[in-house]
Amino acid sequence: MTPATMAVPAARFADLLAAEWLKLRSLRSTYWALGVSALVVIAFNANAARADYADYPRYNTVMRAHFAGNALSDAFTNGAAMILILTAASVGAGTVVGEYSTGLIRTTFAAVPDRRALISAKATVVTAVITAYGAVVASVSFAVTQAILSGHGLGLSIGHPGALRVVVASALLAPVSALVGMAMGVLIRHSATTMVLTTGLLLLVPTFFTERYHWTACVRNALPFNAWGRLVQVDYGHMPYTLAHRYPSTVAGAWVVFAVWAGAAAVVAVGVVGRRDV
Amino acid sequence: MPGTGHPRDRGAVIEVNELTKRYGPTTAVRELSFTVRPGHVTGFLGPNGAGKTTTLRMLLGLAEPTAGTATVSGHDFRRHPRGLRHVGALLDAGDVHGGRSARAHLRALARSNRIAAGRVEEVLTEVGLAGAAARRRIGGYSLGMKQRLGIATALLGDPPVLVFDEPLNGLDPEGVLWVRGLFRKLAGEGRTVFVSSHLMSEMENTADQLVVIGKGELIAAESLVAFAARGTAPTVTVRTPNAGALAAVLASEGATVAPHDEETLKVSGVSAGRVGELAHEHHFLLRELTTEHASLEAAFMELTADSVEYLAGDSR
Repeated sequence: MTPATMAVPAARFADLLAAEWLKLRSLRSTYWALGVSALVVIAFNANAARADYADYPRYNTVMRAHFAGNALSDAFTNGAAMILILTAASVGAGTVVGEYSTGLIRTTFAAVPDRRALISAKATVVTAVITAYGAVVASVSFAVTQAILSGHGLGLSIGHPGALRVVVASALLAPVSALVGMAMGVLIRHSATTMVLTTGLLLLVPTFFTERYHWTACVRNALPFNAWGRLVQVDYGHMPYTLAHRYPSTVAGAWVVFAVWAGAAAVVAVGVVGRRDV
Repeated sequence: MPGTGHPRDRGAVIEVNELTKRYGPTTAVRELSFTVRPGHVTGFLGPNGAGKTTTLRMLLGLAEPTAGTATVSGHDFRRHPRGLRHVGALLDAGDVHGGRSARAHLRALARSNRIAAGRVEEVLTEVGLAGAAARRRIGGYSLGMKQRLGIATALLGDPPVLVFDEPLNGLDPEGVLWVRGLFRKLAGEGRTVFVSSHLMSEMENTADQLVVIGKGELIAAESLVAFAARGTAPTVTVRTPNAGALAAVLASEGATVAPHDEETLKVSGVSAGRVGELAHEHHFLLRELTTEHASLEAAFMELTADSVEYLAGDSR
């Protein structure tokens, strides 16, 4: 071919989506991270259900009367949520820092000088893939845990009030975390620092803020991990043996927290990438 | 000049104008201006740290100039939403993800620029990475294989302008020969081929035009021949049993003759061809007649001596 034979076609966003999808699925680490963590998350939840199932005969009447709350908290446990956050955030960050740390980002930007379109495509693909991952993990966890509890006739159907919210909130916690990881990756660009700070932001910071003061409660409620906690706690405010909430949070507020973190992360990732030297 | 008559080729010129890049107090590139034209292999020479890579990164929109412009065909490269069909570049063979296969790496790049997957196979074959090598993870590649992959990446969009930063590093002798042939072929097709190197000896058999920089500033932008002329003039070594008589003849032609030993003369100011003719006319027997070209390396060293950033201790 001579230089003149190839006409330059119009740039399409769909091409960038296809390319980013190719990149994500051509790395073995993607499969390992998502596959192994999915099994661990499901195993954590199944184990919680198994423990409740085994202990149930020794529960008193009050505990038994409120068991639906237990059944739904077994459907997606705190530990499982932490693993989900770590996995999603590291895969999200990896799509960016994996390019910066290897130098691939220069090859990528030389091929696609429209950096904002490229990062938008990356964010779209990561969101889609990690949402699917979250949906599978949350759905399978719900099915497995309720199947275990159904041995005592305690398993709930997805139609039970709040059950669907537990599954959807747990599934969506994954893309929110992935986008935060990605934004941190674009900001920091170094693999290890990105992961330490992302883990700190998503998992450690929530433990620093209690509900004691109004402002700490506000910060606490505005964090994704706590927003998820609010969404999956179906018997929030009605649990026996717990203090009434001093500054209660709302379900609607928790959904807003999810949306704002995801949106802000996407805006930061696309906004920051602009004209910085690589 | 091949290809210059083609309408699309005429514009495929790299123009660097008063380009400056500062990193804090350090000036990597200072008011650099030069032009790279189609149909030639143009060498971009300078010692380590001269600012070659920084210049190429600004050309490709990877680094923002502090001042000045670097354009291809009159356009800022960053204005193109997709780049592979405009400029093909190999900046660093290591700018890849070791976890992907060469084929997956190229397919993703091709897809982002809407280049058919078939073109990936074409360039893999062209650089000698087709077959099993294409399926291997890049992390296991030698530097030479990574250079070949980088060249494949540059060729992917069949661009009118190609930029290579130190492409010969890590290549075996066969690879070096192949790359030189490839560059000449690309230039022969009317493309603009711009190749950086810190070794003059690499450019000697590769480039026909040179842009030489040192400490971020332009030292020379001219043809290889003109650049060579800046160094010592070529000398002709001639060995003959009639050394004394030939020396007299050559001196009368205006040449400078320096006897080397009983049979050997070192002659300058006259071509080897003319020495041969004169010997023939006078029936002198010649046992050796060779031209020692002005060493480009020497010209390069002379010109860049003041601008070498990193000098080994005992050379001072």
